[in-house]
Amino acid sequence: MKRMLLSLLLAGAAITANAQSEQYESAMKQQIGLLDSSSTYSEAGMQQLANTFERIAEAEKTQWLPYYYAAYCRVNEAYMAKHKDKVDGVADKALLSIEKAQALKGKDSEISCILSMIATSRISVDPMTRGMKYGPESGAHLEEAKKLNPENPRVYMLEGQSLLYTPEAFGGSKTKAKETFEVALKKFAAFKPESPIAPSWGEHYTKMLIAGIK
Amino acid sequence: MLRSFPILILFTFIPLLMQAQSTVSGKVTNAKKKPLPGVNIAIAGTYDGATTAADGSFSFTTSAKGERVVTASLAGYAPLEIKTDLAAAQGLNLVLKETVNELKMVTISAGSFEASDEKKNTVLKPLDIVTTAGANADIVSALKTLPGAQQVGEKEGLFVRGGTGYETQTFIDGMLVRNPFSSGMPDYAARGRFSPFLFKGTTFSSGGYSAQYGQGLSSALVLESTDLPDRSSYSLGLGTVGPSVGVDMLSKNKKQAYGFEVDYFNLAPYFALVKQKQKPTIAPQGANASANYRLKTSRNGMLKIFVNSSWSKFGFRGESLEYPGFNEEFELENKYLYTNISYKESLGKGWKLNLGTSFSTNQDRIYMDTVGKSPSPSRVNARQDLTQFRVMVTRMLGRFSMLRLGTEYQYADERNKFNSFRGSYVDSYSGSFAEADIYFTPRFVGRLGTRYEYTSLLKAANIAPRASLAYKLDDKSQVAFAYGEFYQKPEQQYLRMSHNLGFMRATHYIASYQRLSEFYTLRGEVFYKKYHDLVKTVPHLNNNGTGYAKGAELFWRDRKSIKNVDYWLSYSFLDTKRDYLNYPYEVQPDFAAQHTATLVYKHYIPSIQLNVGATYSFATGRPYYNPNRPESEFMKDRTRNLNTLSLNVNYLTSIGKAFTVFVFTMSNVLGNDQEYGFRYSSDKLRRNMVGPMAPRFFFVGMFMSFGIDRRQEVIDRQ
Repeated sequence: MKRMLLSLLLAGAAITANAQSEQYESAMKQQIGLLDSSSTYSEAGMQQLANTFERIAEAEKTQWLPYYYAAYCRVNEAYMAKHKDKVDGVADKALLSIEKAQALKGKDSEISCILSMIATSRISVDPMTRGMKYGPESGAHLEEAKKLNPENPRVYMLEGQSLLYTPEAFGGSKTKAKETFEVALKKFAAFKPESPIAPSWGEHYTKMLIAGIK
Repeated sequence: MLRSFPILILFTFIPLLMQAQSTVSGKVTNAKKKPLPGVNIAIAGTYDGATTAADGSFSFTTSAKGERVVTASLAGYAPLEIKTDLAAAQGLNLVLKETVNELKMVTISAGSFEASDEKKNTVLKPLDIVTTAGANADIVSALKTLPGAQQVGEKEGLFVRGGTGYETQTFIDGMLVRNPFSSGMPDYAARGRFSPFLFKGTTFSSGGYSAQYGQGLSSALVLESTDLPDRSSYSLGLGTVGPSVGVDMLSKNKKQAYGFEVDYFNLAPYFALVKQKQKPTIAPQGANASANYRLKTSRNGMLKIFVNSSWSKFGFRGESLEYPGFNEEFELENKYLYTNISYKESLGKGWKLNLGTSFSTNQDRIYMDTVGKSPSPSRVNARQDLTQFRVMVTRMLGRFSMLRLGTEYQYADERNKFNSFRGSYVDSYSGSFAEADIYFTPRFVGRLGTRYEYTSLLKAANIAPRASLAYKLDDKSQVAFAYGEFYQKPEQQYLRMSHNLGFMRATHYIASYQRLSEFYTLRGEVFYKKYHDLVKTVPHLNNNGTGYAKGAELFWRDRKSIKNVDYWLSYSFLDTKRDYLNYPYEVQPDFAAQHTATLVYKHYIPSIQLNVGATYSFATGRPYYNPNRPESEFMKDRTRNLNTLSLNVNYLTSIGKAFTVFVFTMSNVLGNDQEYGFRYSSDKLRRNMVGPMAPRFFFVGMFMSFGIDRRQEVIDRQ
């Protein structure tokens, strides 16, 4: 009887675990699907998505991707913040999430990309004084991202973006930005994400940016 | 056995039972009942939850059952966890408490203006010092745009709140700097010796400052040197006064850095172009060299070595006031060396150690002659040496409060020779202080400190208590009060004559209001300062002088209202009288103007990378002494009001791989007469106006910096 009960119990646990992982995959897929939706492309929308990813992350705790996506949404929230005095608080939260992702996953090209974005987001608070500190910091993270995976298209996308928005006097260049975006698009075409929920964003946005260059 | 069976079945089929849903809803507010949007509500261990709407409300369904932990979290607030039965979890009222961080904490603010990179909430950034028109990248000139400082152009130093330039002391990394200004001509202010780029933080205290610092009756200028640079760089400058080169190297492991800067100046070409009031016999020329080494000794430990040396020379000839038809000649050669070594380390258990030592030597050789007139020329040879040591330990008390204990020793050696007359002395000075910043609550802080000082020259000791209180009214505004006793040795020229003098003393009372947000600053301050024991020169050298200063100041900075424009406005009202030196009674001194106002305007035009700046300064006329008047009208005459407009234009570009800035600055663009005072001949028949050498000064220059920017290399390779 005892043995029967035990096996019953184990069976139950297995079903639960299986359901859990299916639930994780489907929840992640659903939320990642929202990333490119125009309805979430706002400060509030990004905050909501970041919150959702954080809940998944806190329920799972062993998966790095929910923390990664939480940080990604959070840093986008910082980019879109209407009140610049909020940026640092939001960027701090993004940093907290990406550090948790890094603790689980280790050094990773995608994680370095987010670290670079977080540094960039802080410049907007006070470009004159912060540009000198966070500009190079953002660049160093991108360099690291490229070293970890030279085939990651998001590295080139972010690099192009930085060239596009940096004034020419400080090393920016529209023509170089365009060239870099074209490299990014080639890499996007060749890029195969490790899993259906692994990072694969940015191609659409790169095309948008390239179209915007006159 | 029978009892446990149904439970097991229940466990096994939980996944199937998940279809049954319950609703969780409620509202989140802060302690003041203000709704909080964006709060992340979650049921711990599940994905279920929601984000609160603009009115703080939330509602979601969950398949979780029974008593569970519901969490609420938002940036800037302490996360909240409550246990609740989900079956009855509707209409939850959650209250989040703000977390305490640096931005929300009250800070000691009465009487001080900070320019810092480290703290986010500062009124001025270090960059502001460099980009203020009329300041010509001189720290003290830039600080003259702040309330409390006088527009004194004929003597160096900061004249603060009714105090003389001598009453402001300069400190680098906690240590006193002797001769912080270049040696200049009498009646002409000289520049500060140190470049603003050497410092990451500058605090200009117009009163009530910390017990860490002594020997400044009015004000302390506290400079904090930079740490390791973010990357290596080289710089090159070329201007109308001369060239400069600099190197700042960061080691590969980012643990140490060294750098040096050399510049040479010669104003001969400039003076050939722009006529000066007095004819140069030796055009001002000289060289500055500075070097530094920084080593990160541990996570919190840092060793810094800084050496600055300079040499300069000039000579002028002008009409003699005393002997009409004759010329006066003045020549000066200066040699200066300053070294500073500081070390800080964390000792564990909340203790931190700061050690510092410095040595400086300054030598002036002066030659004065009324050409063709006896007696023969005068020669002055003056040398000042200062050696000092400083130890400070700090300890955190709880999360924010802090205790500081320190002691310092200074050995000053003065050797002066005027023709054959010698006036030399040696002074051993020691000071000790204890001070605590105590946070009663995050909104209410008190700083209590005391300082003990002894000088062997005066054989005198003093105990100077100081206290500050600050209370935060809401997120952005705070009120603060400060009180303090401040002592200072008499100026060197009086100590040379008599060693029977005592400390001069000032008592400060300050009340301030400040409202600070990311883009606006509003500050108002009132103060009362009482002077005791000032030096008098009549009938003989004594300490019987008295005085007072009281006033109100206003500062407004706005970086948002006009796009790409940053401006600030300072206004000071000063009512001060003193009886000192040869004054017959208490009277408004010649360095004090009653009303002073400054407007600094900076406009950035991004499309053409142009920065345009203007500084407008105004001060009402200052008293001067006319010896033709009776004693009852001592200092009754007033100079003309001061009006000056300075401009600067920076054009940012890149030449090859160098970030390049073209700079054009001009002071007193409109050429307004600047009357600082008058000198009378001893027969009282003739007088000279004290004013600048030329109505305007302009500078054209180019600065290039070569940063090792790997991004650029990487992009270029493709």
